[in-house]
Amino acid sequence: MGGGANKPELIVNGKRLDGRAFDELREIKIEANTVKNAVGSAYIEWGNNKILAAVYGPKEALPKHVSDPEKAIIKCRYQMAPFSSLEGHGRTGPNRRATEISKVTRETFENVIQLDKFPGSEIDLYIEVLQGDGGTRAAGITVAAVALATSGIPMTDLPYGVSVGKIGEQLVLDLNMIEDNYSDADVPIAISPRQGKVLLFQMDGSMSREQIMEALQMARKAGEVISKKQRDALRLPYEQIADKYKAVPSNQPQPAQA
Amino acid sequence: MKTSTITGEYIKDMITKSYREDGRKMFDYRPINLKIGTMPNAEGSAEASIGQTRVLAGIKIDVAEPMADKPEEGNLMTAAELLPLASGDYETGPPGPEAIELARVVDRGIRAANVVDMGKLFIEKDKVWSVFVDLYVLNYDGNLFDASSLAASAALLSSRMPKYEKEGETGKVVRSGNLGKLPTANIVTSCTFGNILHRLILDPTANEELFIDSRLTIANDEHSIRAVQKGLNGAFSFDEIDEMMDTAFEKSRELRQIIKKAIGE
Repeated sequence: MGGGANKPELIVNGKRLDGRAFDELREIKIEANTVKNAVGSAYIEWGNNKILAAVYGPKEALPKHVSDPEKAIIKCRYQMAPFSSLEGHGRTGPNRRATEISKVTRETFENVIQLDKFPGSEIDLYIEVLQGDGGTRAAGITVAAVALATSGIPMTDLPYGVSVGKIGEQLVLDLNMIEDNYSDADVPIAISPRQGKVLLFQMDGSMSREQIMEALQMARKAGEVISKKQRDALRLPYEQIADKYKAVPSNQPQPAQA
Repeated sequence: MKTSTITGEYIKDMITKSYREDGRKMFDYRPINLKIGTMPNAEGSAEASIGQTRVLAGIKIDVAEPMADKPEEGNLMTAAELLPLASGDYETGPPGPEAIELARVVDRGIRAANVVDMGKLFIEKDKVWSVFVDLYVLNYDGNLFDASSLAASAALLSSRMPKYEKEGETGKVVRSGNLGKLPTANIVTSCTFGNILHRLILDPTANEELFIDSRLTIANDEHSIRAVQKGLNGAFSFDEIDEMMDTAFEKSRELRQIIKKAIGE
């Protein structure tokens, strides 16, 4: 965000640089069960973002002093790979930005995971951004929700994330990296669709109260598409199994050859 | 962090009656004090207290290389330390997620509101001024966000500006004598809310912070909202967010007055 010199024209003839309308999401593809070793996992391609999420646990919380005798704790690590951006080699290990995103992501999932079912345990949630193109924390929450669902850990809802930005005075849905770099405001939001409530809400830039309310409504509306992608990804592996068994000849004794 | 069950029951009981543990109403601040120039060695300094919470902000300004994407602008770096002396619950060691979140949210408000006029911090090619904002939490009793943003804003707005004097090929930084002021362009403040038993409160104390489900910090100037951060694992409805933004605009008028008075405007 911010811009400075050489700010490109982000909106030309009422369209965005990649041809999208103001309220149009990038293409989203989600695949479940992509990391075999993990208890639950998922992979998302959201525009040019490519993010892998995996869940381990519930298992005994270690070290002992971090465990909670009443409920499970979540350990969340969001990280961008050093080769994930168009810039040079990134720093490995957690930086301040990643630490903050890990924290707000953990808090988002603490709201929907039934932690009291697993006292004294930990649930490890890893979000690895392999390629980043703006909106990675929102896409990370979206894919992590699917990974958690595949793990079978009980949740009260399937949250999703999306970001809304402001270009000039125009609100736009789902900023990509160029838009994010030169936008006038950026609002990453995560919503719990069943509660209709906001689980992650950050903002940076300049916006009026009315614009923020409009941004929240845009995020809610985008949820119709994003939630469906999440559910479809969860359903697909089971449908594939069902199709496979339909194709196999039934194991009923075959009629004797005459 | 723990408190006795009876304190918890008392806090919740008061909230259901629309009062706070210390007798405040839901959207009242505790008494606020703000004093600038408490650490004269620093280019700028300010100590803010909200009730028993105390935060000291110190400003140092050095010559540095500009960021690659902004070659003609100065740098701004904000760090926060939850000093072990400030609470029995704080431990020594590198900054944890709470301290990093605090620093980054204060930083976002300052940056987005253009409190420091970064364009005026250019010295010469590959040389700009780098402004360091260090937040020292001296006593913790809740609501570090608002105390930190008050201290940071007041310290920046009252900060001296060192001079860069050329000496042949190199140069030196002059930090004393007849100096101007750090170029600033705006005032930003923040209002932090919490949610207890589905009721909203402003300026939570340390005890109240143990019982809030979610937290929202709204940083704004006179006209716009500049930064927002939701924290903790609870949820907010759209209506609650709207109400908090409304209250933040109203309360921030008082906070800006406190800053203006402290810096002698």
